[in-house]
Amino acid sequence: MPHRTFFWFILPSLAAMFLFIALPIVSVAFQSLYIEHEQVLIEVENCGPFGCENETVVDAEASAAIRDAEPLGRFNGLGTYFDRGHLAAAEISEAWASRDSFGGFMSEVMNLPFYRALVFTLTYTFVCTPLIILLGLAIALGVNGLPKMLKGPTIFVSLLPMIITPLIGSLILFWMIDAEGVIGKTLQVLFDDPKLSLKASSTLTWITLIVYGVWSSAPFAFVVFYAGLQTVPEDTLEAAMVDGASRWERVRYVVVPHLMPLVVFITLIQLMDNFRVFEPIVGFSASANATSLSYIIFADLRGDIARFNSAAATSMLTIIGVSILLTPVLIRTWRDFNRKGA
Amino acid sequence: MNFFKTTAASAAIVLIGSTAYADCGLSGGNVNILGNEFGAIQALVAGAKECANGSVTVESNLTTEHRDIQVAAMTANPAQYTAAIVANSSIVPLLNEGLVRPLDDLIAKHGAGIKKNQMISIDGKVMAIAFMANAQHLFVRQDILDQAGVAVPTSYEEVVTAGQAIKDAGIMEHPFAMNSKTGWNLGEEFVNMYIGTGADFFKPGTAEPAINNESGVLALNTLKALADLSNPDFLTFDSNATQALWEAGDVAIGQLWGSRATGMLDDEGSNEAIVSNTILVSAPTVGGGETPASTLWWDGFTIATNISDEDAEATFVAMVNGMRPEVVAANNDEAVWLADGFTPGPAAAGVFATASGGARPYPMIPFMGLLHSALGDELSDFLQGNESAEQALSDVEAAYTAAAKEQGFLQ
Amino acid sequence: MASLAQKRSPALAVLATSFVILWVVVASFPFLWTLWGSFKVQGDFFSKADWTNALWGTRTILETGDAFTNQAYSGAWIDQEFWRATLNTFTVVFFTVIISLTFGTLGGYALARSGFRYAFWLLMIALVFRAMPHITLVSGYLLPFFEWNVWGHLPTSIIVLVAINQPFTLWMLHSFFLNIPKDLDESAMVDGCTRFQAFRYVIIPVMWPGVITTGLFSFLLAYNDFAVTAMLLSQENQTMVPKIASFLGSTFEEGNVMFAVAAVVSATAPLFVLILFFQRQIVSGLTAGAVKG
Repeated sequence: MPHRTFFWFILPSLAAMFLFIALPIVSVAFQSLYIEHEQVLIEVENCGPFGCENETVVDAEASAAIRDAEPLGRFNGLGTYFDRGHLAAAEISEAWASRDSFGGFMSEVMNLPFYRALVFTLTYTFVCTPLIILLGLAIALGVNGLPKMLKGPTIFVSLLPMIITPLIGSLILFWMIDAEGVIGKTLQVLFDDPKLSLKASSTLTWITLIVYGVWSSAPFAFVVFYAGLQTVPEDTLEAAMVDGASRWERVRYVVVPHLMPLVVFITLIQLMDNFRVFEPIVGFSASANATSLSYIIFADLRGDIARFNSAAATSMLTIIGVSILLTPVLIRTWRDFNRKGA
Repeated sequence: MNFFKTTAASAAIVLIGSTAYADCGLSGGNVNILGNEFGAIQALVAGAKECANGSVTVESNLTTEHRDIQVAAMTANPAQYTAAIVANSSIVPLLNEGLVRPLDDLIAKHGAGIKKNQMISIDGKVMAIAFMANAQHLFVRQDILDQAGVAVPTSYEEVVTAGQAIKDAGIMEHPFAMNSKTGWNLGEEFVNMYIGTGADFFKPGTAEPAINNESGVLALNTLKALADLSNPDFLTFDSNATQALWEAGDVAIGQLWGSRATGMLDDEGSNEAIVSNTILVSAPTVGGGETPASTLWWDGFTIATNISDEDAEATFVAMVNGMRPEVVAANNDEAVWLADGFTPGPAAAGVFATASGGARPYPMIPFMGLLHSALGDELSDFLQGNESAEQALSDVEAAYTAAAKEQGFLQ
Repeated sequence: MASLAQKRSPALAVLATSFVILWVVVASFPFLWTLWGSFKVQGDFFSKADWTNALWGTRTILETGDAFTNQAYSGAWIDQEFWRATLNTFTVVFFTVIISLTFGTLGGYALARSGFRYAFWLLMIALVFRAMPHITLVSGYLLPFFEWNVWGHLPTSIIVLVAINQPFTLWMLHSFFLNIPKDLDESAMVDGCTRFQAFRYVIIPVMWPGVITTGLFSFLLAYNDFAVTAMLLSQENQTMVPKIASFLGSTFEEGNVMFAVAAVVSATAPLFVLILFFQRQIVSGLTAGAVKG
């Protein structure tokens, strides 16, 4: 396709992405390099319904003058990236210098918010993604074998976990898994432990979040795989049967290779989505035991004072993290692309 | 505490001045109000909208996300909203950026009905007009306390003893509840406890944190003792969860929000036996302190800087019209009103007792929000028993310091 | 379908069927529970005392005199005017899907047909764009939008949702177009069509399955969105999900959680209809599309 035609075809899409994603990303990247101006503080008497107190306030006029002169703030380079709220370079090197054991060092590292969030984010991503793919494939194979008239309703029910707003879906599930709720009580009976609470311990909270993550994303993998199964060439399967391949061998050597491109597609999307895990943490009130990078961003932006520079730095780190995660998948796509282009 | 007397006395004034504001007497201007969306604010905004006529428009945007859009919305020039309804903590970003205007001249002109104690003044300039108050205070179940043979506690030390007594008597396994969900709620519990010790959060005149001290450790240890009396899920408890626990009768003593009292004392969701035995008392003191360990909150309105004087005047008049005594009287149970026309009911008893006991207002310090966030995020490790109180406090200070440097409060 | 290859041993059939039944239960139970509970009062559905209250409606009987109540529905739809939010949602979703697909098909087609390296890099950049957390993007929009006076309007949210959705749409449609044989449009061009005419008369008629599948995912994104709509729409333009969130109350103020539950159940109904309607297309669309990755 000539460059000019290509340009006109892609223009609307590119313009939308450029204006609303690319420009903001550039601006976020810039802001992550800056911090707020030094605030001019003065002490004054504040009065209200409950009496008067001497309190510090920002001298808005003086501060505004400084701000107008340099609206971006003070240049801080990569300072924000390496402060305690992010990569915590100073804290890490100090913990390493004063370590008495590797375990002690790790526990100091895990005391830092960024690393605590990163460990959960990575665990979640690497546990959920394969499970989602396996479960999705298993459901797809199962549904594919159903009698025709049952397929429709089953597909529909299978999509339910994906189509309910995560915000409310996790809220309702949160009540169901409460120690007094229907699932919580059932688990107590199953494990014969009347004190079992999914919300109280770290491990159980992590397991709950991962189970929810798999439950809510498996339908996506299922739909894609189910569709892929419809195109598995019948003759290859039959040939394999004639050769004496068992059911399992047929799945392993015919169906799965045929679905491989879909596996790549789902892996790509799921790695990215799982790395940005956020809603379940809020929905399950899990932030005591599990935080993610997206949750840190949320906390920075939604406090009484929005910390945009800090959120900007964490966002850039998220993008870098996603890029690193996707590299292997992308290299594969690159090879495919070159093969196709050739 | 003078707001108790004035508010109670003001109920008598309701009948006077009733139609005084009916016609707002405005000749022009645009009013647009940003605020949270709950009953009291809806009533007030509906009152303000009565001022709309051919030349005056009154619009509103009441949303739970108001805090997150207010700074951007009022930075624009002209500002999207002429008035923002804020609280002690959410006024701070507006003040920091100089986005709200002093109201003194407007009060002189149109503010005859506004009482002195409704005026939030900063350095002598009134920046906001408060209309309702709120605070966390103790909810106790009289029947359970009687059964365990303990008196209504007035200090946290007594709360712990009473809770232990109830637990030991085998009446309840987890007799205490507070809003201790990690994040803002947990931060607020520490702020309440720490302020009860009388200590300051910051070194005077600076933005340097000063909580890693005996008072901080005392506050944390008290919270830990309370957490041990709470359900093991306590780090997920917000107001919705604690209210449900209370209404189910699973808790005997709770440190909960006064604004939730109306809902907890009504006949929905709970039994007569629980409701009739629920009494609302002042927040307890801590560590021999003299004032209740709780912070007082107000909700009030501010007027944007980046709007025309005509709009500002129209906004002020409309807002004052929205909180006139009839509106307050008609929505008496929606809030603990500070404006004239309020008749304190049983649901307001706890907030009143806490305020009368001399509890301090939540600090309107520019960097308090940063400390609050740091507290909310860093204290759960301690309460789960994973680290020492000193370690937790130094983590809080470190997290706060990083944030304050980034915001330009510390160098 | 009863081909030789599909036959399997009875034991395996039983195993596979029971696995599917188990999955169906796991997938639908929370929803059925919610549906049942939405006709109870809050004290039952969110019972701290005894979860079986949600089954029998103990408190519902106590408070309303009957084991079922439509309080939550009437409260949400009539008192709280949830229908307004529904209308707004339909506007937002309709235009988001239409515009997303228009932009996406043009772009996806171009990416699939261009053999140049920059097409690959554009796809890669689109992926990186997708990695950006939405909440950061939205916070960045606020100030400019207020200054340009475009904040709060439905079109603003629609175009933002379209833009945020473009990377995914492009990827899906691109892989779909790869599957449509090149010969099809190229032979049309040999016959004298321009590229656009070839696209218009040859490609559009055969692209529907893939477009509908992609459209469904766009639909879900716009329908379930909270981050963008909650922050960028004013009260009168509020869509369903932020409205539902506002039923939940805040730390200080008690919400009407049952309204939220009823609204969630109601909000799922159009999705049912949609999925039933497009079921065949979703599946056939992906068949034709994503197979080449």
